[in-house]
Amino acid sequence: MSVNDGDTGVGSRVIERTLHRKRTLLMLLLFAAILVLSACAGTDRLGIDSIADSDLPQNSLDPAGPAARSIDGLWWLVFWIATAVFVMVEAALVFTIFKFRRRDGKDRPVKQVHGSTRLEIAWTIVPVVLMAALAIPTIATLFELRAEPDPSENALQIGVTGHQWWWEFYYPEYGITTANEMHIPAGRAVYLTMTSADVIHSFWVPRLNGKRDLVPGRTTNLTMEADEPGLFFGQCAEFCGIAHADMRQRVFAESESDFAAWAAAQAEPVTPPTEGLAAAGWDTFQISCSSCHAIDGTSAVAKLAPDLTHFASRTTFAGASIARTDGHLREWLRNPVDLKPMRPEFNDLSAGRVLGMPDLDLTEQQIDELIAFLDTLE
Amino acid sequence: MATLNPPREELHSSGPAREGVWGWLTTTDHKKIGILYGGSAIVFFLVGGIEALLIRVQLAVPNGEFLSADSYSQMFTMHATTMVFLVVMPAAAAFTNYFLPLLIGARDVAFPRLNAFSYWVFLFGGIFLTTSFFLGGAPDGGWFGYAPLSTQLNEVVRMDYWALGLQFVGLASLLASVNFITTIFAMRAPGMTLMRMPVFVWMALVINFLLLFSLPIITVGLIEVFLDRNLGTLFFDAANGGDPILWQHLFWLFGHPEVYVLILPAMGVVSEILPTFSRKPLFGRSFVIFSGIAIGFMGFGVWAHHMFTAGLGPVAEAAFALTTMFIAVPTGVKIFNWLGTIWGGSIRLATPMLFSLGFIAMFVIGGLSGVTHSIAPADWQQTDTYYVVAHLHYVLFGGAVLGLLGGLYYWWPKITGKMLHEGLGKIHFWSILVGFNLTFAPMHLLGLNGMPRRTYRYPEGLGFEFWNFLATLGSFLIAASMLVLFWNIYRTWRRGEVAGPDPWDGRTLEWTTSSPPPVYNFAQIPVVEHEDDFWHRKYTTSEDGTSVAIDPPPNMDLEPDANIHLPSPSFYPALAAAGMFVILMGLVYLPWGLVAVGAGFLATMWGLFGWSMEPLTREDH
Amino acid sequence: MTTETLTPPEQGVPDMNNMRKIAMWVFLGSEVLFFGSLITTFLIYRTRVGDGPSASQVFDIPFTSISSFILLMSSLTMVLAHHASFRKDWRQMRVWLLATAALGMVFLAGQVFEFTEFVDHGLTVTTSPFGSSFFLLTGVHGAHVAVGVLLLAATAFMSFSGRLRDGEGMNVEIIGLYWHFVDIVWIVIFTVVYLLQV
Repeated sequence: MSVNDGDTGVGSRVIERTLHRKRTLLMLLLFAAILVLSACAGTDRLGIDSIADSDLPQNSLDPAGPAARSIDGLWWLVFWIATAVFVMVEAALVFTIFKFRRRDGKDRPVKQVHGSTRLEIAWTIVPVVLMAALAIPTIATLFELRAEPDPSENALQIGVTGHQWWWEFYYPEYGITTANEMHIPAGRAVYLTMTSADVIHSFWVPRLNGKRDLVPGRTTNLTMEADEPGLFFGQCAEFCGIAHADMRQRVFAESESDFAAWAAAQAEPVTPPTEGLAAAGWDTFQISCSSCHAIDGTSAVAKLAPDLTHFASRTTFAGASIARTDGHLREWLRNPVDLKPMRPEFNDLSAGRVLGMPDLDLTEQQIDELIAFLDTLE
Repeated sequence: MATLNPPREELHSSGPAREGVWGWLTTTDHKKIGILYGGSAIVFFLVGGIEALLIRVQLAVPNGEFLSADSYSQMFTMHATTMVFLVVMPAAAAFTNYFLPLLIGARDVAFPRLNAFSYWVFLFGGIFLTTSFFLGGAPDGGWFGYAPLSTQLNEVVRMDYWALGLQFVGLASLLASVNFITTIFAMRAPGMTLMRMPVFVWMALVINFLLLFSLPIITVGLIEVFLDRNLGTLFFDAANGGDPILWQHLFWLFGHPEVYVLILPAMGVVSEILPTFSRKPLFGRSFVIFSGIAIGFMGFGVWAHHMFTAGLGPVAEAAFALTTMFIAVPTGVKIFNWLGTIWGGSIRLATPMLFSLGFIAMFVIGGLSGVTHSIAPADWQQTDTYYVVAHLHYVLFGGAVLGLLGGLYYWWPKITGKMLHEGLGKIHFWSILVGFNLTFAPMHLLGLNGMPRRTYRYPEGLGFEFWNFLATLGSFLIAASMLVLFWNIYRTWRRGEVAGPDPWDGRTLEWTTSSPPPVYNFAQIPVVEHEDDFWHRKYTTSEDGTSVAIDPPPNMDLEPDANIHLPSPSFYPALAAAGMFVILMGLVYLPWGLVAVGAGFLATMWGLFGWSMEPLTREDH
Repeated sequence: MTTETLTPPEQGVPDMNNMRKIAMWVFLGSEVLFFGSLITTFLIYRTRVGDGPSASQVFDIPFTSISSFILLMSSLTMVLAHHASFRKDWRQMRVWLLATAALGMVFLAGQVFEFTEFVDHGLTVTTSPFGSSFFLLTGVHGAHVAVGVLLLAATAFMSFSGRLRDGEGMNVEIIGLYWHFVDIVWIVIFTVVYLLQV
């Protein structure tokens, strides 16, 4: 019997030389292509670098609150156990290969061993025990994190509604409706009650907690707390359509007094300006924007798009995917879909189906006016 | 050692097989159907691979502008759909088709025309799904199409392609599972008890029961999605009392057994390769078999671990965390038994063995990351991020694909009669191993650092740039490594070394035939006396427990029996499948598509009627 | 090679009848999950009636009981057909096959009538999740009955035209398995959907 053992003969050496040359060429071409393509990075319109206090602002392994810390502890427990198993099994594999590999093309006589019932029992029982050991902290943490906050904690209640592709936040205790940027008091539990207006989304601020889905027709909950004041980043974590990647959020944790001040300011209705460019902007707003956007204290009450009452107090817009600067606003108002992929052509406002902001065909003058008006909405 | 003269092709009944393209279109021979499946899987692998490379180019840099968000959604949906339904499943079907009858000592499967029909339905399903790119856009709702996103834009046909396409390829698998289960129960050679069946056959049995019971569930779900989209039903319409979570349950009740369908064939292949290239029997054979059965059963009890963040409540989440943790146990049993197989052996590191060992190494990583997923609170951070993308690729690519590539190198000589070049095989193995790890290992970190999956771009400042760029480089290395395989095939097609019937000193019955086998597989149906029956004809066990070659070696050159009946070729299966393809196209483009539905229905009826009237074999004498 | 007391099966001629029976059982296994999923969907949605009617407002239990009884009787005639084929009494077999098909068609007619009544009372597939899931479940079941009727008629016709040879009574047994299964599914549906209204 002939056993194909490896390369023999001239033919295979020729193959290998040709192959080596062709492969080297191929690799160089591929690297070149990638270098070229990497020049295709687009413009950054968020500027996270300049305001984040860490290189990894969404790092679940850098917990900043009790829930994320619980999870982090559980993670490292299972990680180290898994690593130990990994090292043992892979080492056994490599060791066995090296110890028993055929040498000099000759087979050794091999004992035809069929198995060992004792080993089977051992390597069934040990994993079962290991899993049982892991199960205990897992279940305990699960129930702990799923529990509603105790009334004594005086948790802040926030209602979250997911939309394609932005977050609606409602503070029932203050009567505040805002979008995409959530302010919370540091050191106090926040209890989110969540649903969706359209498809399934998922609320995720990794440094504060795991994620939880927002399901239309159902209510889900998440308890969140930040230890210290800070800025925390998150984004939608359940594919919700074309702009899923651009549905982001920011959580500002503040001292109790700063939070109270913020809440008081947010709860104030707005008196629209009566003079200058901003007043003209308010007129344009009523014509072009009020069918979807609300401004508390005015006749604009529609809830189909983010509430803009205190728009100028936010650092971002468009589902927290663009930094709020006049320049970005100008680009946005010229044609929103240029900055964020959406499907406004399928909008049906009377049926409540909103898939993004359409091109409003605004003139540059109207855009100037609107920006002036929006800048007054502190 | 066994010698075999070139097989005699005189057949005593049944007309000669037809030639050329028509021959392939009308074949009912399980070996040809296996080759059709395999060739199709390779083509779709290229399609799915290109989709992956496009994704990686887009993600190589922050704020990428290579692909639009719209194209990107189609790419990631189709990459997964293609790889799962049009590559891994058909590749496993290819090996099962070709080798199941050979491994159990049969001449063909139980229902040869049904077998052909399954293939044509699969092929038309794959064409149906892929041509959607050119006909209004490919599905873009993710491969598990969560409702109500999947039912939202019924003006656009994309997710109709998805709903109907999955039904179609699902039908192919369901019919094949009926076929294979019947074959395994009813067509084993005399003396081949269930426990003497090769482990690959046992895995095939478990897999086909998994498909049998899981496909109907997703069929119902997909019908409900299609009706919501096209008839205005309210299954997943939350505003009117529908529940999107119902979709998730229906999908994952299929989807989780499905992942075992994807991995068990590779586990079966590896369970054949390791003993052969260690010259020892599979360690703990019955335990490997029973743990495969256990995985099959337990696989139906873990599905909601895909739904840990859906808000099911702590009791349900805890229950599924437990069941998921414990399904790791039978998986571990298999791995330990594979280690026990090679321990003490005489390990020949030929390419099939390298891929099998690579499978073990990579699958251990994927299995362990799976265990971390089972810790439900930890999963609340991991799920829907690149961490789970890493996990699934370690088990599906590092596991299933590497295992199946091992099977390809192992069985290539039997199918083609030629050996692949060993040196090129080694280059393929090492480059794909390095490329694969370079691509997917960093994704564990990306996920934990906060990068969600299915995002067409990421901004600067989140720390995702470096690992994404590395992953893109790795993906191109994978692509390059596959070119090595194609080069190997090209160079050895005509000029490769002749394989002979038994190039690996194999243990199972397929190595008793010529390479390739004659159309009737076995000149005489073997009478089986042992597991690894062929090995026991070549070797006996000496007093010290080692194998001693039997002298003289067994004579495998047998006179073909009189009255070998083989299934006749038939074009009705292909016709019926083509008719159903036309029906599907009509359903996508309702209401004027009803014309196509009618025409397709007629063609299908003609095919089914002709099929039922046609005798299975022609009696010439 | 040792001499074997086992005789290999006749070379290359597998026992098709036995295999077809196995295949039908296996297929019916998948049908259990298929109808199980449909019934589960219904159970979840049975009380979600929106603005439309609820079960108690449209169901006519006496009527459905009669059509259920008819379907049950068709299982009896199916058994008689199988028995006749066993005895090789092809004429009797055809009579009972056609009787089974006829009873199946009466059942289907009853379903159609019932559905039109429901639509008149304001329950359609688009009215509510209850409506969607009810019609899907019973509609799919009805489709299965229709397929069964076609198979029965085709078998009777093939026997009449001489295409069914002796020993092909297995076809009748296999169709019988399918028909009884469809009947059992109806018993479950009738109980769960009609009788056990919440």
